[in-house]
Amino acid sequence: MRTSTSSRLLAATALVAALGLTLAACGGGGDDDSKGSGGGGKSGDSLSGQTITYWASNQGTSIDADKKTLAAETAKFTQQTGIKVKVEVIGWADLLNRILAAATSGQGPDVLNIGNTWSASLQATGALMPWDDAAFQTIGGKDRFAPAAIASAGAAGQDPAAVPLYSMAYGLYYNKKMFADAGIANPPTTWDELVTDATKLTKDGKYGLAVEGANGAENIHHVFVLAKQRGANWFDDQGKPTFTGPQQVAAVKQYVDFIAKDKVAAKGDAEYDQNQTITDFATGKAAMMMWQSAAPAIKSHGMTQDQYGVVPVPTLTAGATGDAGVTSMVAGINIAIFKDTSHKEAAEAFVKFMTSTDEQKALNGTYGSIPPVVEAQSDPAFQTPDLKVLASVLQKSAAPLPQVAHESEFENLVGPAVKSLFADAAAGKAVTDDSVKAALTKAQQQMPQ
Amino acid sequence: MTATAPARRVPEAGPDSGKPAAGGRLRPRFIERIRRGGLPYLLLLPAVIAELLIHIVPMFFGILISFKNLTLFYIHHWNSAPWAGFDNYKTAVKIHQPIGQELLHSFWVTLSYTLLSVGASWLLGIAAAILLQDKFRGRGLIRTVFLVPYALPAYAALITWTFMFQQDTGLVNHVLHDQLHITSDKSFWLIGQNSFWSMVIVSVWKSWPFAFLALMAGLQNVPRELYEAAAMDGAGVWQQIRKITLPALRPVNQVIVLVLFLWTFNDFNTPFVMFGQNPPRQADLISIHIYQSSFINWNFGSGSAMSVLLLLFLLVVTAIYLLVTSRGRSESDV
Repeated sequence: MRTSTSSRLLAATALVAALGLTLAACGGGGDDDSKGSGGGGKSGDSLSGQTITYWASNQGTSIDADKKTLAAETAKFTQQTGIKVKVEVIGWADLLNRILAAATSGQGPDVLNIGNTWSASLQATGALMPWDDAAFQTIGGKDRFAPAAIASAGAAGQDPAAVPLYSMAYGLYYNKKMFADAGIANPPTTWDELVTDATKLTKDGKYGLAVEGANGAENIHHVFVLAKQRGANWFDDQGKPTFTGPQQVAAVKQYVDFIAKDKVAAKGDAEYDQNQTITDFATGKAAMMMWQSAAPAIKSHGMTQDQYGVVPVPTLTAGATGDAGVTSMVAGINIAIFKDTSHKEAAEAFVKFMTSTDEQKALNGTYGSIPPVVEAQSDPAFQTPDLKVLASVLQKSAAPLPQVAHESEFENLVGPAVKSLFADAAAGKAVTDDSVKAALTKAQQQMPQ
Repeated sequence: MTATAPARRVPEAGPDSGKPAAGGRLRPRFIERIRRGGLPYLLLLPAVIAELLIHIVPMFFGILISFKNLTLFYIHHWNSAPWAGFDNYKTAVKIHQPIGQELLHSFWVTLSYTLLSVGASWLLGIAAAILLQDKFRGRGLIRTVFLVPYALPAYAALITWTFMFQQDTGLVNHVLHDQLHITSDKSFWLIGQNSFWSMVIVSVWKSWPFAFLALMAGLQNVPRELYEAAAMDGAGVWQQIRKITLPALRPVNQVIVLVLFLWTFNDFNTPFVMFGQNPPRQADLISIHIYQSSFINWNFGSGSAMSVLLLLFLLVVTAIYLLVTSRGRSESDV
């Protein structure tokens, strides 16, 4: 019995080993084949008849809505050039993982959208085609784009890894009726005014301000601006983290104090991470919020455009300029070409189409964002009161998030640290300079050295 | 295609290979050989291929990556990432350095979570299985209801729990605070210390039907006569459970406790759906901690090293557990 079992085991092991080798051989052959057929053929052919794949980010109310919008737009492109576009709209939860998988395997789309804060990190992977001057010439030159948008497309001193596609900026949204009822004539321009106004507005189960406390990315966007207003950055010139400076500590503390000390935001906001802030604002539960290009979302909750106003986010002192006057990060989406594409020219033609003035008007108009192409900004669609304010913020008082390779770790460590401080505040624990500094120190220690 | 390849190669390896004239004699012999011993392996082939592709090959690459310095700078040409030796492992086990400290913290959270969840699931499972052992009206219905959490899709159930745990509008606070007035203030369940307990509650809710199902099946094999004889000898309910039910269920317990332990220790869905990719520190389970190291910080070398350490830990625990419980079992069998 035993001998028969062991000989079977032996036979099975041998079979597995043989199979492994067979598979390895198969795998190798498959790779060679695919490279052979992918690399050859196309070069030298005319662009017409080629098919490119485009991974789009979810910009509209749903993935299906985006599919319809983009199908209509890409049909125009196919008509003009004969190049077919296979569009895949990918939700935000999956997009970065899909891009990472594509970067690792070399099997990816030809053209893709990226969140502009990922630009430097993805640039460091080497998976995206750098946009040198020659490449920019194929889409009409770098000058067509707003400088702030270009600055958020890759690390300083390097060719951008992508081209700006949609731009957004933060503004302070306020409920006109709630302000009038509380006898407040004008929206706040400084943080002191904001806290004073918000305190007046906080009563009867309603709050002056709503914040998205458990959303790491939102936390990062706000503490970036609050530190910038104090003249501080989160990375030094060498790209080393500087999380624990007194200005950074003060910035985080000011943001968390909206719940902890000022008590102008509801304790429950500490667990918000599904855009409940917009719901609270649009349903009159909170009188103010700081958000980016929120018009379509507010509208979907039934609040009309005349019921709210948008002004730049406050600063420490009225009329501050330079870093002290920064009121928003440069938010937005960039479009990039995958370096391994075998349809480079077709991909460039598609980027040229997507950044053409007409397409910029159409797409940004649909998505409620601001065109990074300056020429398109004058279109009447972008002259609504709120978009005019946000466009002016982008032009005058927005700064790009640190464009360094380790930006994603910054978001992943500092964002949750702020979330955890909000949780402390909501649980009634004291949030002090020391506790903020301890949280930031721990985050910094985990950064790659 | 691959499945038939070895079968075709076998005759070529034989002494008569390559001679077409021998083909006629070869075929019956080949079929005979397959009939004698090869057929089972041939039938196993698809499973072996699937096993290789799904488990063995990725695991091999995972181990390989753990020795590489595979950060975002190399993912596009990951095979050119420099070798890191044991650096990734050293970083992970240096418990006085921040990264090792956080991993150790995450390990303790996971261990507490697993022990509490498995313990409570087993207790509930055995209690329900024993209570439903005797026939009564509606027993089938109750059994079905008890199995519902096991049958529900995990994501849908977890999202529903998350809604129920919300501070402001959740059902849990509505019952505890608004209706029963047990808590003085509406508690937070998804952030802070309570997040650990809400995760344990959800995990127990999700796992205990499995324990219940397996133990109920195990109880079917315990002869009724044993209980009757024990009752005649004057044994009470507790004595019957202790002396008859539990020893009889020992083999079943051995398996379900191990399986539940492994499932719970590796649980990813529960914290990810409840808290997103950045769970509160109190609910930082090791699987999500590793996910963060790999996919959010883009340091796949470090993430893989942590995964290998986790694998080693679970292998050791499993081996010790099986050794101890099997020894106990064979002794009791004697």
